[in-house]
Amino acid sequence: MSTIQFMQGNIACAEGALAAGCNFFGGYPITPSTEVAEHMAVKLPKQNGTFIQMEDEIASMASIIGASWTGARAMTATSGPGFSLMMENIGYAVMTETPCVIVNIQRGGPSTGQPTMAAAGDMMQCRFGSHGDYSIIALCPSSVQEMYELTVKAFNLADRFRVPVFLMADEIIGHMRERIIIPDKVEHTARRPLESGVLPFHPEKDLVPGFPGFGKGFGVHVTGLTHDERGYPCATNPKLHEQLVMRLCNKIENARKEIADYVVTNPEAETVFVTYGVPARSVEQVLHDTGSKNIGHLRLKMVWPFPEHAIAEFPNATRFIIPELNLGQIAREFDRHTRVPVIQVPKLGGDLHLPAELKKLTGVGI
Amino acid sequence: MAETCELFDCGHRACGGCGAALVSRLILKATGKDVIVVSATGCMEVFSTPYPETAWKVPWIHSLFENNSAVASGIEAALKKQGRKEKVVAIGGDGSTFDIGMLCLSGAFERGHDFTYICYDNEAYMNTGIQRSGATPYDASTTTSPAGKCSIGNSRPKKDLPQILAAHGAPYVATASIAYPSDVVKKIEKAINTPGPCYVQIHAPCCTGWGFEGEKTLAIGKLAIETGLWVNYEMEDGVVTRVKKVVRKPVETYLKEQKRFRHLFKPKVNAEEIAKIQAIADKNAEKYGTDLKLKSKPDPVVP
Repeated sequence: MSTIQFMQGNIACAEGALAAGCNFFGGYPITPSTEVAEHMAVKLPKQNGTFIQMEDEIASMASIIGASWTGARAMTATSGPGFSLMMENIGYAVMTETPCVIVNIQRGGPSTGQPTMAAAGDMMQCRFGSHGDYSIIALCPSSVQEMYELTVKAFNLADRFRVPVFLMADEIIGHMRERIIIPDKVEHTARRPLESGVLPFHPEKDLVPGFPGFGKGFGVHVTGLTHDERGYPCATNPKLHEQLVMRLCNKIENARKEIADYVVTNPEAETVFVTYGVPARSVEQVLHDTGSKNIGHLRLKMVWPFPEHAIAEFPNATRFIIPELNLGQIAREFDRHTRVPVIQVPKLGGDLHLPAELKKLTGVGI
Repeated sequence: MAETCELFDCGHRACGGCGAALVSRLILKATGKDVIVVSATGCMEVFSTPYPETAWKVPWIHSLFENNSAVASGIEAALKKQGRKEKVVAIGGDGSTFDIGMLCLSGAFERGHDFTYICYDNEAYMNTGIQRSGATPYDASTTTSPAGKCSIGNSRPKKDLPQILAAHGAPYVATASIAYPSDVVKKIEKAINTPGPCYVQIHAPCCTGWGFEGEKTLAIGKLAIETGLWVNYEMEDGVVTRVKKVVRKPVETYLKEQKRFRHLFKPKVNAEEIAKIQAIADKNAEKYGTDLKLKSKPDPVVP
């Protein structure tokens, strides 16, 4: 039986992780994400899991990489400055194809910025923040319910694609308390094991290699250096490097349509809002208040890989309005995939877009 | 500006009874105005610089969380080239000092920069709401080392950071407590006037995080010393030269005053765990020779 509860977003994230079978949390306190760690500190030991408070975010990210290679479902949670510290290790997790989940409860940046205020300023950082070319998956919840559901999903995607998966929430969603339905069980995609006789980094058709893990008899060699299918470093072979990096990118990019996760409202509309995270709430209010079928809403629950095909869901669109808690990071990405005019509605400082200001932009009911 | 206010100005936003606030005040009392302060992220940074004000009447820079020693290194090295004589003081809480800032701290001490590092040690991450740090004492309950059926609280002893820094070849390392303010000032003065990297670790009880009434801050600090759970000492070139001697009280007198140790007394007394904490105090007393022997002939005291 599912249960209905009243819960904070960060707690819902931790509960989602526990439901997904997360059994390792390595983290470091930072506002506004700390509740995730605190909840895991209380709950994980009771489920025979491991909670470790590491000495910083570099160590936190490194610890979940280590844990993941033992077969653990591992996660960390952080915010702005901590996210920046994780970047080198995130690139390492991408290169070594280590499944892991990174929660970022975004706050105002750059630097220490606004520890207690919401932002979405790390959307490009999560996509491109570590050096080199690569692809990752990023999910954006816009409710407490989705903090739970998308955390579960993040674990499944991480294991399926052997890639770091990001839950890119924000301070408002993280600290908001609202109604949530906790299902009695959740979907669980197991990590595909490596078959015997197959090289540890030999990809299957979907470009994802089976997971060898430590102690399974595969003689695993894990390195951040460019490596061949045995996992052995071969850092001066141009062809090999190109093949490896292309595969790391394409295993995600090829699945773009299949794994895309978005919600379409009023597909016949001419004016279409595009949102992810908390601005979706303001747009839903506009749709509710106006009742107009001529205002559409494309709500992205997965921002990376970017679901460019979703734009075609609105064949009549004459303009896309994109409210974001940054200076237009995803609006720019959206803009390069369409000829329809894109109107950016950036907002900094931590306040939400008011439904009234968004409604004004539609020209409906003024 | 009010005449009564000092270089660390009144009107900051620390909790009533905040130990760290007293540390800030005593630091500037000791340094005077010719100082540049580098402050890591933490309670002190936040309560002393509430928008749009600051309590610091000296040049002050907020580094990030992990890097105050490295920022101080840059300031010190550049000042030296310019032939300038200002003192450089880096301040961090125990979270930034023991954990996230350890790498930069070690680097700065190894390179031998002429600066003083002051750690206000309130034994947990208080700014983010009481999570354990490498300085959290054994058995203390925090939000990430919660006491309960599966846990006795923080399961590891406090990291001995002064010894680690002394092992870097630091010429002067000292521990102090806000319970003895003039001793704090004396030690900071000595540190800033000793060439090379010096370290002062100041016990700064936190009424909010430890769970006691704000008026008891100094009393709690005193009890830490009187029970042997905190030792005030000085190390010069790696050798302990001065130790605050006490007639020791049992550790319960300190523990039972604080909510972070409440699980050791309620619902029933956990004698086994209290004995372990007593053993830590006994070991401290033996290691540093803190016990004041009243009846026998006094030990030769190092001048």
